[in-house]
Amino acid sequence: MALQSLDIKARSATTTPTPQARGAIPVAKLIDISKCIGCKACQVACMQWNDLRDEVGDNVGVYDNPADLTAQSWTVMRFSEVEVEQGRLEWLIRKDGCMHCADPGCLKACPAPGAIVQYANGIVDFHEEHCIGCGYCVTGCPFDIPRISKKDSKAYKCTLCSDRVAVGLEPACVKTCPTGAIVFGSKEDMIHHAEGRIADLKERGYANAGLYDPAGVGGTHVMYVLQHADQPQLYADLPKDPHISPLVALWKGVTKPLMSLGIGVAVLAGFFHYVTAGPKEVEEENETD
Amino acid sequence: MSQLIKRYTSKERSNHWVVAIAFILAGLSGLALFHPAFFFLAHLFGGGPWTRILHPFIGVLMFLSFMVLAGRFWSLNRITPADREWRKRIKDVLCNRDRGLPEVGKYNAGQKYLFWVMVICVPLLLLSGFFIWQPWFAPIFPVGVIRIAVVVHALAAWIMILGIVVHVYAAIWVKGTIRAMTRGTVTEAWAKHHHRAWYRQMTGK
Repeated sequence: MALQSLDIKARSATTTPTPQARGAIPVAKLIDISKCIGCKACQVACMQWNDLRDEVGDNVGVYDNPADLTAQSWTVMRFSEVEVEQGRLEWLIRKDGCMHCADPGCLKACPAPGAIVQYANGIVDFHEEHCIGCGYCVTGCPFDIPRISKKDSKAYKCTLCSDRVAVGLEPACVKTCPTGAIVFGSKEDMIHHAEGRIADLKERGYANAGLYDPAGVGGTHVMYVLQHADQPQLYADLPKDPHISPLVALWKGVTKPLMSLGIGVAVLAGFFHYVTAGPKEVEEENETD
Repeated sequence: MSQLIKRYTSKERSNHWVVAIAFILAGLSGLALFHPAFFFLAHLFGGGPWTRILHPFIGVLMFLSFMVLAGRFWSLNRITPADREWRKRIKDVLCNRDRGLPEVGKYNAGQKYLFWVMVICVPLLLLSGFFIWQPWFAPIFPVGVIRIAVVVHALAAWIMILGIVVHVYAAIWVKGTIRAMTRGTVTEAWAKHHHRAWYRQMTGK
C-alpha cells in the first residue's frame, strides 16, 4: 500500500499536493465500436472479476441488458439502431461505463477526503470505505456513470480494473473481448492504434470516423473509435462536448474558498468592531430624561 | 436597579433555542460537506456517513421550528418608514452614537431585515435540500435540477450563516440583550434606550 499511495495524482476533498515522486505511464482503454458484435462478454467478465451479481431484471423489448448501469453493473452495452443515411440501417453498440476523465467531475464534487482518487496512470477509482453516500459524484459526472447502491449507500463504477492494471494485467473486459474491439495499453499507443483503425474505416466509406477523446474533460482514459465521430450522440446519447457543468464548477470551484473566506471575514469584522467601537452599553442614569 | 420588562415568553424562548441549536448543528454538518477545510467537523456527528444522514433531518427540524418562530414574530417585523430613517443612520448606530436616532419599536430595521433574510433562506434551504437528499429523494430528480439545487443550497446557507454571524455579534455587542432570550426580561433602561416606542407601549410612560 505504501507504494500504491505514491501512485496517486489527485485525491477528493484534499487541498494539498498528493505524493508526486513516482511517475507512471498514462494508460487507456480503446473501444472500437466498429468491431463490437454486442456479445456482452465484457459485461460477464466484469461481473466475474469484480464479484458482482446484479438482480435479474425484466426484458423491456430491447437488447440492453441490464437496462442501465447499477451499483452491480459497472458496464453495459447500449444498442442504438440508426439510419445515418436514408435506408441504410446501422446497429451501433457502445460499451458504456466510466470514461476515466483526466479532469474528473466526480472527484471535483466529492466532499469526502480520499473517497475518489486519480492514479498517476489516469485511472479514476472510488475508495468506497471513505464514501459517505452523498451522491455529489453523480452530480459532478458529465457522463452519468456513478451509481449509489441501495444496499449500502456507497457509490460504485468501473475501476478500469485498477487492481489488475497495478500488477501489469489488462482489464477483465479487454482480456475477454472475442473480436479485439477492446484494447488496452499506454494512452499514446492507444491513440496510435486508433489512428490505424480510423484510416481503415475512412477507406471503407466512413468519412467521419474518428477518435472520441473529449478535450472538455481533459481527454479520457477510456476512448472510443466511432464510425460517426461527428455525431457521438448517435451512440446512445454519448455527449458531443462533455465538460464539468458550469454549475458544478461554480459550486465546487471558486465559491468554496470565497464563501469560506467571507464567513471568516464576517467573524473577524465583528471581533474588531468590538475592540475598536466597543460594546453598546446603557448607563442607567443617562436614561432618566 | 432598574425595573425589568418582559420581552419574550418561555415558549418564544424555547422556540428560538430549538431553531438556534438546529441551525448550529445543520451549519456545522453542512460546512463539513462544503469545503475540505471543514471536513473535520464531520467527526462531531460520528463521521462522514453519519453527517450525511443527520444533516437533512436536522435541517427539517430547523425549518419547522423556524416557521413557527417566524409566525410568532411576523407582524412585528413589518418594515415602516421609521425603519428607513433608522437605516440611513446605520453609521451612527455602528459607532455607538445613539443620540437622536429615530424611535424603535420591538425591533429595529437591522433586526427586521435579518428576519426577512431568514424567512427567504430557510424555505429555500429546505426546498433545495429536498432535491439533493440522498438516498431518499435525489434519485428521483434529473441531474440538471440537482446541479441547480446544490448551488442554491450552498448560496442560501452562506447568506444565512453570514446573517447569523451578524445576529450573534449584535447580541454580544449590545449589552443587556442576551438576557432577553435567556431569561425573558430586559432592563427598563435597555428598553428605553434601544426600543423606545416598544418601551412606551409596554410601560405606558
